[in-house]
Amino acid sequence: MQSLRIFWVFAKLGFQNEAAYRANFWVQIFESVLNIGWALAAVGIVFARTDTLAGWRAGELVALLGVYFVVYGAIQIVIAPSLTKFMEDVRTGALDFTLVKPADSQLLVSLSEVRVWKLVDLVLGLAILASGLGRIAAEIGALEALGFLVALGAGALTVYGFWMLLATCAFWFVRLENVLMIFWNMYQAGRWPLDVYPRWLRWTLTGLVPVALAVTVPAEALAGRLSAGNLALACAVALVISCVSRWFWKLGLRRYSGASA
Amino acid sequence: MSFLRELYLAFWRVAIAIELQYRASSAIWLLGVVVEPVIYLAVWSAVAEAQGGEIGGFGPHEFAAYYLVLTLVNQVTQGWHMWEFQFRVQQGQFSFLLLRPVHPIHGDLAENLAHKAVMQVVLLPVLGALALVFAPRFDADPWSLALFLPALALAFALRFVVEWTLALACFWTTRIMAVNQTYFAVLFFLSGRVAPVELLPEYVRFAADALPFRWMIAFPVELALGRLSPAQIATGFAAQSVWLAVAALGLTALWPRALRRFSAVGT
Repeated sequence: MQSLRIFWVFAKLGFQNEAAYRANFWVQIFESVLNIGWALAAVGIVFARTDTLAGWRAGELVALLGVYFVVYGAIQIVIAPSLTKFMEDVRTGALDFTLVKPADSQLLVSLSEVRVWKLVDLVLGLAILASGLGRIAAEIGALEALGFLVALGAGALTVYGFWMLLATCAFWFVRLENVLMIFWNMYQAGRWPLDVYPRWLRWTLTGLVPVALAVTVPAEALAGRLSAGNLALACAVALVISCVSRWFWKLGLRRYSGASA
Repeated sequence: MSFLRELYLAFWRVAIAIELQYRASSAIWLLGVVVEPVIYLAVWSAVAEAQGGEIGGFGPHEFAAYYLVLTLVNQVTQGWHMWEFQFRVQQGQFSFLLLRPVHPIHGDLAENLAHKAVMQVVLLPVLGALALVFAPRFDADPWSLALFLPALALAFALRFVVEWTLALACFWTTRIMAVNQTYFAVLFFLSGRVAPVELLPEYVRFAADALPFRWMIAFPVELALGRLSPAQIATGFAAQSVWLAVAALGLTALWPRALRRFSAVGT
């Protein structure tokens, strides 16, 4: 309950900050539409040459893109800006101010910066998801919908845990911005179903950088091709990575000694 | 002339030293170069498989050859000045660059070439490893291979001048991101990166032929793979030369105007 209140406060602050730069809203819309149009056009070019891609039909692929942009939006709205700020704060010593606040420190650093305009990505992602679903709607039952929500929740937790693990490394290594670039580079691979990639790459995308768990698995649930075993596995991974990142955070905190004068 | 040679040597030495200093960031930059071609290689191989083994003369092994060569061509021709200029203007770095008694394009060119020379040490082994995994099939004749280097050099020159000229837009607008994103989207679709140009739908292929983007990346790749007839090769070199001349004229016309717009910001 308290965490929701904290998030709400940060979201309001974020909105007030960004409302001062209203033109950025239009720039954001332009960028998001271009980004999503780019991805859809690539799907169009591929499906001009074939009707199925590794067993996926066009409608299912559009739904997959929708999930991709929903998760992308969620990361860009709060996870990426907050944790980037956190890494900067470790470097400058400003983390001291966060640590003295009477709330859980991991919660505070995970929510401290909210980029409201990035909601555009999330909303457009939902629209694409809906239009993709429109084409395959007849086949989605209540079970698939439930599986999708569970898989999406597990995927979100996994991605957050992964970012948290990377960001916590800032307690040991001061310059990490480039490591996050690795994530974004690999994340592009999530625009296509995991089945198109060779096995070694599939394992990298599932095990090392959890792109598959965040994007492909929820989309598989919608397309009705997710087995109960894989869903359970995705939930187990989410649980484990959440616990490990929490433990790692505490370990890192103990190392932090402040950098201010 | 010897002044310019000394100048390039000096820039080159500095750039190599910087490159060797930031090895980790260079390696991550390389990941960005390799990931996208590997994705589209996998996608098109899956398409070929779904269509019974090949489409338009491309099977998985031909796609592998195409995208491996494309990775190299894309890396050799790419630049980052469209991003760099934004920082230069915002942080007032241009004031220093403009104080130097040479055109800033020389420093950028030397730095660009130095970065690529150093990166080959990493890129070529990576391409070799990918070749082992994806088993590309090359059957080019020797003379199209011989023409590959001049085509690559022209492609580099064309892309460098076009991107440097477009980067000048930041003297007029601070929202250069929108310009950059649009350029990169168009480049992605028309330069042979999303798919080999011959597999594109007809109207997209028409745009690819008419605009400069295909000649920046796809043309040297197709040449190296021996997929072009002599007439197509001649057209390609002509298109590269004409677009390079147009871009160079544009640059010389825009640069003095951009300088007049310039007002320093920052420290």
